Amino acid sequence: MNDNETTDHEKSTSLVPASGDGHDRLPASLIAGDDQFENPGLPAHVHRAADDDPAAAKRAERQVATLFGLSMLATLVFLVSYFAIPDEATFFFPGIGMAKTQNVVLGLSLGFAIFLIGIGAVHWAKTLMSDEEIIEERHEQASTPEQRAKAVAVVAEGVDSTQLPRRPLLKYSLGGALGLFALPLGLQVVGSLGPVNIDELGHTIWDPKDNDGKPIRLMRDPEMTPIRFDEVTNGSVFHVMPETLQKYIDEGKHVLEARAKAAVILIRLDPDLIKVQKAKDWGVDGALAYSKICTHVGCAVGLYEQQTHHLLCPCHQSTFDLTEDCAVIFGPARRPLPQLKITVDDAGYLVATQGFQEPVGPSYWERAR
Amino acid sequence: MSTTNETRPAEALRTGDRQADERASATKPLGGIAGWMDDRIGAAKGVSFLAKKVFPDHWSFMLGEIAMYSMIVCLLTGVFLTFWFVPSASQVVYDGSYVPLQGVTMSDAYRSTLAISFDIRGGLLIRQIHHWAALIFVVSVFVHMARVFFTGAFRKPREINWVFGTILSLLACIEGFAGYSLPDDLLSGTGIRAMNGFMQSAPVIGSYLSYFVFGGAFPGEAIIPRLYSAHVLLIPAILVGLFTAHILLVFLHKHTQFPGPGRTNKNVVGYPLLPVYVAKAGGFFFIVFGVIALISAVVTINPIWAYGPYDPSPITAGSQPDWYMGFADGALRLLPGWLEFETFGFTWSMNIFPGSLILLPLMWTIIGVYPFVEAWVTGDKREHHLLDRPRNAPTRTAIGIAGISMYVVLFLAAGNDLMAIKLHLSINDITQTLRVLFFVAPPVSFWITKRICLSLQRADRQKVLHGRETGTIWRYADGRFEEIHAQLTPEERWVLVQHESQEPLQLTAGKDANGVDTPIARKQRLRAKFSRFYFKDRVAPPTPSELEAAHHEHADHGAALDGGHEAIEPAGAGQERETIKADRQHD
Repeated sequence: MNDNETTDHEKSTSLVPASGDGHDRLPASLIAGDDQFENPGLPAHVHRAADDDPAAAKRAERQVATLFGLSMLATLVFLVSYFAIPDEATFFFPGIGMAKTQNVVLGLSLGFAIFLIGIGAVHWAKTLMSDEEIIEERHEQASTPEQRAKAVAVVAEGVDSTQLPRRPLLKYSLGGALGLFALPLGLQVVGSLGPVNIDELGHTIWDPKDNDGKPIRLMRDPEMTPIRFDEVTNGSVFHVMPETLQKYIDEGKHVLEARAKAAVILIRLDPDLIKVQKAKDWGVDGALAYSKICTHVGCAVGLYEQQTHHLLCPCHQSTFDLTEDCAVIFGPARRPLPQLKITVDDAGYLVATQGFQEPVGPSYWERAR
Repeated sequence: MSTTNETRPAEALRTGDRQADERASATKPLGGIAGWMDDRIGAAKGVSFLAKKVFPDHWSFMLGEIAMYSMIVCLLTGVFLTFWFVPSASQVVYDGSYVPLQGVTMSDAYRSTLAISFDIRGGLLIRQIHHWAALIFVVSVFVHMARVFFTGAFRKPREINWVFGTILSLLACIEGFAGYSLPDDLLSGTGIRAMNGFMQSAPVIGSYLSYFVFGGAFPGEAIIPRLYSAHVLLIPAILVGLFTAHILLVFLHKHTQFPGPGRTNKNVVGYPLLPVYVAKAGGFFFIVFGVIALISAVVTINPIWAYGPYDPSPITAGSQPDWYMGFADGALRLLPGWLEFETFGFTWSMNIFPGSLILLPLMWTIIGVYPFVEAWVTGDKREHHLLDRPRNAPTRTAIGIAGISMYVVLFLAAGNDLMAIKLHLSINDITQTLRVLFFVAPPVSFWITKRICLSLQRADRQKVLHGRETGTIWRYADGRFEEIHAQLTPEERWVLVQHESQEPLQLTAGKDANGVDTPIARKQRLRAKFSRFYFKDRVAPPTPSELEAAHHEHADHGAALDGGHEAIEPAGAGQERETIKADRQHD
């Protein structure tokens, strides 16, 4: 279809300009008849100083040459400073603060070396090169009907000579082969990207099964030292990892994967403030352990407001109320932070006797299954 | 060696045809290396055509150039960075020269980024140029896109190029995200952590998606090399390919131009590529590059050494992505948690999914199809090479501003924590306000923008009919004061009167003989509705007869000594006034 010839095509429809002044061309525009202004044509060219005055032209030339000269100077500064400035040198940059001398000097010299070439070239173009505007005609993008007809004929001839239109067997078998050949490639990529282990999403290394069924000690992160209950004073916050992480650290394998789900925050507050009995029961005299992985998209819930007992995720500001079993009180997260049941072992250290009772971290499709 | 020196018979026939040809015979013939090249590729034929190609001049046409040049700077510095960057998540112990991190276990990617910043001379500069150029690239792409939108440069025949540009801008964002995730510092790692959460939020396939992309459990060791491959190979290849097509189409279509005296839809007025544009545009590359280098010299960007290596447990306050991902991050902050629900034990994370995986494709699809929607509404199938002044397309301009207002709300939401801290406000109040604004801001800004456009059009009309206010007050002998209005020159006037003012389409016959809606009528009725939405408020450009009438009025007023210069409506009042009030009349 040639959509340049829409005037005729559109005539058959029933849409007309609202003014109903008789013309039915689309688009509807009010430019009607002869009552319109005429394009006055290009205004007269105004000469610049350098066009008429040789002195001004000479001046412009000198200015441009100066800019280029300064650029060369800046390049020289770069070359010298690259070797002259020691790596560790710093200085006080007024208004910015302590700065790495090398970076500032190299950057400024490189910047000016490049920038001045640009300024020089533009100044040259604006003062000395011709500023008389040139008019170039446009032509419609579309090919002429003859050209189109010829193209159609040529293509049709080519297609005919393949005998495709007469031999459907070729058409369908080729289509099938072309349609299928990408499958192996796609399968290779997608099939081998994994592995997929969705059950793993619901599992953390806080499960006593990972510790031969023994309760797992809460360890300070990153020191990996056990936490005695009497060290947990009221209002204190501990970043906690399970004792079982040590095995991963020693082996040097999958440490971050384990940490990504096992991070726990331990906070002690006045037990009377805790409004949920289960939360109280799962803690030790007001010391509560919760998963530190946000139930929104998995950032670490790292900000604890000691006065309000709110835990805030710095990524998207989901706010969890510690006194309400870490229920979401604001922000985009839906679910409370999962609580880790803790108690004190015979040696006086905090331990988890059972793993998390639900998957930690962000939601996923199979989460509740 | 060269055969171009031989006189060809055809050339004799063209003697004196063009000045350039005369010059060609007067100056020295093409020899040496140029001649050798031309013997082999025949480029001389194209050179004369290309060198004389005309480009119109306007400051806003530089925006696309900034995008192009900052992209080139990114490509150049990016190649440098690949010499030292190690895209590996293998854990190593840092022993470089940055003392605070010595002995810390970190990924090789982070270690090598620290090495680029501290141990490779000039490395920090190149890294900062790369990052600044990337930010400027995305900014300029967006602003260039806004220029093209508001001036209607996307209209036929440039719709394809608009779509190319749309894809380019989306790729620019993704490329940027992939790039700033590579150093594997705490901030970017947190970004990847969030990305993992986004993927998991996809219904049905979420968990699979996450495991496929990360090659197993988060974070794994696969994501850094995979992002690297996407960042340095896959996306740049598509970017450069599409960008080349984008530029070739600009060449093919010839650049659009703003309306002005001598400029028509059938010509292009400006300066030739050689020498003016080679100097100006070429020089501008150096200006853009130079400015980026100067910024990189004095303004630190992404000080990864301050964040530390990525670890899923620690986090910093004020964790935010680079600016161009801000709006998506803001959307996630605004979406309320109660949108998540479960059916048959399956979790629908509608508090995450729409803002993370849906928002970008949806937004860019809307942007990409806009030219086709507008063309369908107007029924305009003509080529447009003259740009619209934004005020002369009030509805389009208002739609654009409404979209931008929505974007800005999301963008601000990404900084709700910082605003709360700096302005001492409640973060909850800010978030709630922004949630409301997301729905309120677009219609309000649409309405305000449209009214401003119409008012500007009326002001233009008044200026044409009554001249420009000179600020000179005359006092007549009879005590009357009058401000002198200077008539516009034809050149000044032309800019204000040249535009077309479309009127809404109306349905004439929508029913067949039996009074039943014809199938075509339903579609047409919708189109008529859209047409009314677009064009019912309109201010027609003045015509010569109106100007004539206005002059008469001035003469009459002069005679009647009542100095009626505040009168907007041209003489012959009644029907003329209708045109100006047409917006109400059509309601």
